[in-house]
Amino acid sequence: MRKILVTLLFLLFGTSAFADCNIKSGSINILANDFPALRTFVETSKQCKGSADFKVTHSSEHNKIAVPALTANPSEFSARIAANSSIVPLMNQDLIRPLDDLVKKYGKGIQDSQLITIDGKVMAVAFMANTQHLYYREDVLKDLGIAIPKTYEEVVAASEKIRASGKMQYPYAAAYKAGWNLAEEFVNMFIGHGGEFFKSGSAEPNINNAKGVATLNMLKKLSELSNPDYLTHDSEAIKVEWESGNVALMTLWASRSGTLLDDEGDPNITKATKLTGPATVGGGNIPAATLWWDGFTLAKNRPDADAEATFRALAHAASNKKMVADAADQAVWLVEGFVPGPKSIGVIEAVKMGAKPYPMLPQMGLMHGALGSEIVEFLQGKESAEQALKDVEAAYISKAKEQGFL
Amino acid sequence: MPNKTFFWFFLPTGLAMILFIGLPIISTGIQSFYAQHDQVVKEVKKCDPFGCTVSIVVDNEETSKIREAKPLGKFNGFGTYTDRNHLAVDEIKKFWNETENFGAFVDQVTNLPFYKALIFTLTYCLFVTPNVLLLGFIIALSLNAVARKIRGPLIFGTILPMIVTPLVGSLVLFWMIDSQGIIGANIQNLMNDPYLSLKSSKTLTWITIIIYGIWHHSPFAFVVFYAALQTVPQEPIEAAIIDGASRFQRIKHIVLPHIYPVVTFVALISLMDNFRVFEPIIGFSAEGSAQSLSWLIYDNLVNEEVILFGSAAATSMMTIIGIAILLAPVLIRTWKEFKTAR
Repeated sequence: MRKILVTLLFLLFGTSAFADCNIKSGSINILANDFPALRTFVETSKQCKGSADFKVTHSSEHNKIAVPALTANPSEFSARIAANSSIVPLMNQDLIRPLDDLVKKYGKGIQDSQLITIDGKVMAVAFMANTQHLYYREDVLKDLGIAIPKTYEEVVAASEKIRASGKMQYPYAAAYKAGWNLAEEFVNMFIGHGGEFFKSGSAEPNINNAKGVATLNMLKKLSELSNPDYLTHDSEAIKVEWESGNVALMTLWASRSGTLLDDEGDPNITKATKLTGPATVGGGNIPAATLWWDGFTLAKNRPDADAEATFRALAHAASNKKMVADAADQAVWLVEGFVPGPKSIGVIEAVKMGAKPYPMLPQMGLMHGALGSEIVEFLQGKESAEQALKDVEAAYISKAKEQGFL
Repeated sequence: MPNKTFFWFFLPTGLAMILFIGLPIISTGIQSFYAQHDQVVKEVKKCDPFGCTVSIVVDNEETSKIREAKPLGKFNGFGTYTDRNHLAVDEIKKFWNETENFGAFVDQVTNLPFYKALIFTLTYCLFVTPNVLLLGFIIALSLNAVARKIRGPLIFGTILPMIVTPLVGSLVLFWMIDSQGIIGANIQNLMNDPYLSLKSSKTLTWITIIIYGIWHHSPFAFVVFYAALQTVPQEPIEAAIIDGASRFQRIKHIVLPHIYPVVTFVALISLMDNFRVFEPIIGFSAEGSAQSLSWLIYDNLVNEEVILFGSAAATSMMTIIGIAILLAPVLIRTWKEFKTAR
């Protein structure tokens, strides 16, 4: 935790070092998610391509392509921009290569805190941090004399007050779309309650308990204050709701703040849109949010020459002070020289409050999948919290058995 | 056609079918009997920008050794078929013994993912197929009766739903039924209930998808019926008119028997299509309220960060069996007719 603070706040004074950009051969092909910060990152690395062949695929469906594309030999992509959760399937299948040699040789400007090491080996180089945190409408809260909520209990109270005032019918929004998004909200809230997803040291599920029930009840309360279509709303949909002025409190990714606060849309809403840290829940002191990093990994099934070329290009971006200065609005960069601006408040607050990173466990994806489909009926009021949690555990156990984790 | 000619005529198609349909099905079948090897995990130290923790990773060296020895995975027999996410044999036995009345038992069973999906799939088939046949037939009859001049544009307009890509069609409707969309907002006003949402209620979502299904599939039935209507001989119809038969009687006793084989054909095709309902669920973002068998397969293959090949294969095989069961009565009947015709 301290490391990131150091990274974020004090690295103005670091030494300047640019990656050597004299790439003579090799071919570079990158698979990445599609949001502005990643586009900037990849563009920056392109400047350094030299005479290497350079291709990139930006896709929000990156998770679906990654494993099959990297399994092929030679693999389609030489690099994959991954995050805490998406590096796991790559690790499980042994599809990415350790980067120690390359870091030693070409990673001059990369800071130690950027290195993701697993079992002593560098498996990825992180360049930005992300989390979900609260956004609020300053004008609405001020009008009604509501203090900025610090806990989800206060979020509920504030939303109820806004609704009672008649200003807005559905004052709260979060990405509750059934599937990955909804499961992510559960993960945040469960961690905020101090929950552990698995019994220690095993892959046995551990969510059917008081903390799980409290998590579900909080999600339900919040969902009742949201647009009734909440089960179909992803991050983009709630962003649109916000920009239409229908929402006063929202939990959304930090990486989306850039597009939320840009010049498009109603200037009054944009002006009144303020960011704050993630909320805590149930009297806990760590926020109900998870910390994420985005970083690059290199495919194993690719010749060393390609890996070298790719690493040098990406390392150029991952240590590029000009990029983080120019694109300071787009992300919370972990790169040396980043000065956090007002749009970074969410992540910095989350780190200060001791938020936990998303669990990087081999079986977590299965749990996430089971959550996304099995808690829907509880939110619809069709079954009890205990039954929903029992279903999640049962669905998870079947999947984990098939995958050989249990 | 002599059998020999037929054989040579059919050979290229047959080979392509074996290669692109038969073999993949066999491979899927084999896959469904295997599960992943037991994962060898080890505890290691993991460090990221937010700090270090000790937790587990898959031991790749050990795993790759096991994988090389047995690349298909661990033989699981019908294990995947009977687990909780599929046929749930043990769970059903347990529910049967534990629940007090039949209603509670059904509640418990329909809470299991496979049965939940099966019920939606069957409901969809049972509502969409007959309505598609009926609507398609009515449209074909009416269009057959209008003046030739305007028939062309009308036919084009009618088959539009089929031309529109399913995903686009469902997205358009999805936005219209949004609580701020034209249909959604009007229904809220009409019912005077600001919390009414077509998307959050399970029943309303099902109805929406079924209506969409009928809208999307009717043109197919219409096109086929319309073509068949052109072959109805005029003489018996004229004779019937002279005999004083009403329009309804003419359709019932002359037109319908004449196009009966075509009706069977359309019924078969739409049953098959509807059993594989998938796009509207994605288009309507209805995963929460409506899951079909095809959606389960998709979910296992792409929605998880870990791909569940065994599960997906097992569901695929059961979908094939399901279609075979559904089609059996119609197929048997056609076969019998074929025999007597000879």
